[in-house]
Amino acid sequence: MDAPDPSTSSYYVSDDFYAGLVDEFSGWQTPERAISDAALRESCARFLALEARLLDQDRFDDWLALFAPECVYWVPGTRDGDPRREIAIAFDDRRRLEDRIFRLNTGEAWSQRPGSRTTRMVSNIELFSTGDPEIVMARSNFLTVEFRAGATRIWAGWAGHRLRDATTHWRILVKQVNLIDYDQNLRNPSIVL
Amino acid sequence: MTELPSINGAASGPAYDYDRLVFEDRVHRVLYTDPRIFDAEMTRIFGAVWVYLGHESQIPQVNDFVTTRLGRRPIILVRDSDGVLRALYNRCTHRGSTVCRETRGSAKSFQCGYHGWTFLNSGKLNGVPWPDGYADNFSDEKFNLAQVPRVDSYRGFVFGTLNLDAPALVDYLGGVAGPLDEWLDRHPGGKVALCEANRLKFKGNWKLLYDNSADGYHVVFSHRSLLAMENRFEPDSDKGMAFYRSSPDSAPMYVRCFANGHHFKDKRPNVEDRPGALWDIEGPHPGMEHFEASLRQRLGDRADRALDLASSEPVNINVFPNLHILGNHVQVSTPVAVDETDTTWYGTAVVDDDGALEGTVDAINALRMRTQESFPNFGEVDDLANFEQIQVGFLAEEDEWVYMHRGLGIPGRLKVDDEGAITGPPTDEVFMREHMKVWKRLMTAEPRIAITRTV
Ligand code: FES
Ligand SMILES: [Fe+2]
Repeated sequence: MDAPDPSTSSYYVSDDFYAGLVDEFSGWQTPERAISDAALRESCARFLALEARLLDQDRFDDWLALFAPECVYWVPGTRDGDPRREIAIAFDDRRRLEDRIFRLNTGEAWSQRPGSRTTRMVSNIELFSTGDPEIVMARSNFLTVEFRAGATRIWAGWAGHRLRDATTHWRILVKQVNLIDYDQNLRNPSIVL
Repeated sequence: MTELPSINGAASGPAYDYDRLVFEDRVHRVLYTDPRIFDAEMTRIFGAVWVYLGHESQIPQVNDFVTTRLGRRPIILVRDSDGVLRALYNRCTHRGSTVCRETRGSAKSFQCGYHGWTFLNSGKLNGVPWPDGYADNFSDEKFNLAQVPRVDSYRGFVFGTLNLDAPALVDYLGGVAGPLDEWLDRHPGGKVALCEANRLKFKGNWKLLYDNSADGYHVVFSHRSLLAMENRFEPDSDKGMAFYRSSPDSAPMYVRCFANGHHFKDKRPNVEDRPGALWDIEGPHPGMEHFEASLRQRLGDRADRALDLASSEPVNINVFPNLHILGNHVQVSTPVAVDETDTTWYGTAVVDDDGALEGTVDAINALRMRTQESFPNFGEVDDLANFEQIQVGFLAEEDEWVYMHRGLGIPGRLKVDDEGAITGPPTDEVFMREHMKVWKRLMTAEPRIAITRTV
């Protein structure tokens, strides 16, 4: 049997998947797991800059192509919570991420009319190893300046990327976006973070 | 109980003649723009009626508390050491600082950070540093924290009012308790637990949200992108809110208005009355196919009911002025300023104390969390952006009126039952006309407002 297509069905977001996710995103920024390989760090920094640029350029479909087929875009509304028991600001599997982009592309998402213009700064990149040599975790800080409807404002926080095929062809398995104001009432959180 | 002097004066608001601002078919823009009206609302509306403060599941144990607001007043909602639900003013009786800066937790007492006065979680003053420097002995209850004199809970929903003449909570709710009961009773044990929230804010007046809360007219326009998204795989399918698509008034859903400004948009008649029907119209959600397959395997033909619990209940139950039960959400709106409002969409989880769900409650909730994230992410953001555009439009000072006359004057369009509830088609603006009548009545009344410090 062919594997189900995660763009049209969501079989991979299972109990085991959630349990793995919670596990992978707890306690991963440890000195023992820090990666100092300069070439790898440089390659990863270039990838994160590319990701930021594609979003700044509204190239959402190209941004989507950076994700692995079975992926998650996750903006938690708590620290160290479990998405099975809590609402997140966003928890998108592959299909919902495509939904998100589809909706923005309709031109009828009023929260994005006029659309936001963004400039994203990504810095303080640190890499950490995982049990799988093919997979690394990247921590980076972000500062996203958003201009929309006459006003400029800032989104800030840090992102945790779980990345595959580290050496040649980076793909995002999970992007976790941790806003510094994750627990506050947010005005128009309709841009992709 | 301290009865406060008549609110004539600072809180009485501008000397508007409300008869010239609120008509049967329209209201004046200043209702949404004048900070003096907003200030008066904080007493005459939010001080005078039962206001939703929080849910008992947020403070399940003795000594648990959450901070909340009654209008703008900072409040600590606490289950005190004796188990009594209290809404304490989060304001030190010495010189006025808040005494609690956390959003939730468990505490037997609260100590003010400024000079260290300490209050028990009943509100009673428990101690002041170096009391020999005071001539008082502090036995006077005037140094206890102020608290909302009337706090009551309806099936877990905790409300408070400052108005000594307000009816009992259950009478204030009146007819809207019926839909609330039905919403609760679809869950095992007739209850839910609040969980984390999509917290949103908009730069607009709080009434813009209430005016939209039973509005079936805006859906196909405001939520065009969401409707397209929910049905992107099969454009003619009936997922999500597709029942609005053609002519909403010819669908069997309806809006019902109750006394005191509460209303109910009931979309359930659009959906077949059988187990699994709610699940069948859910749009795509993360984990949907996996959890459906596993629930069907575990529960057989009982899986449909379990899947319905993960599905959004097609109702909007609006309790004036700040509580909305929408789908599975408990949505709370909180005024911040005349042109700024917070709206917090608490998720709710299914609780299965009796094992009625045969050990599947965690799977149901894993699915239910994702179904609940959809509308705030892909629908509400557009509503709030539209409300902000209304607030911008209101800057056109000479163009004074906001119309709400859809349906008005069309014979036979509305039905009134024996209890006085008014039922109309889902796009009718009768719900807004009704809550605006209540608004005007409240703004021109003199509520008997009080706080208490008696413990
Ligand atoms: S203001 Fe609270 S102790 Fe002084
Ligand atoms: Fe809406």
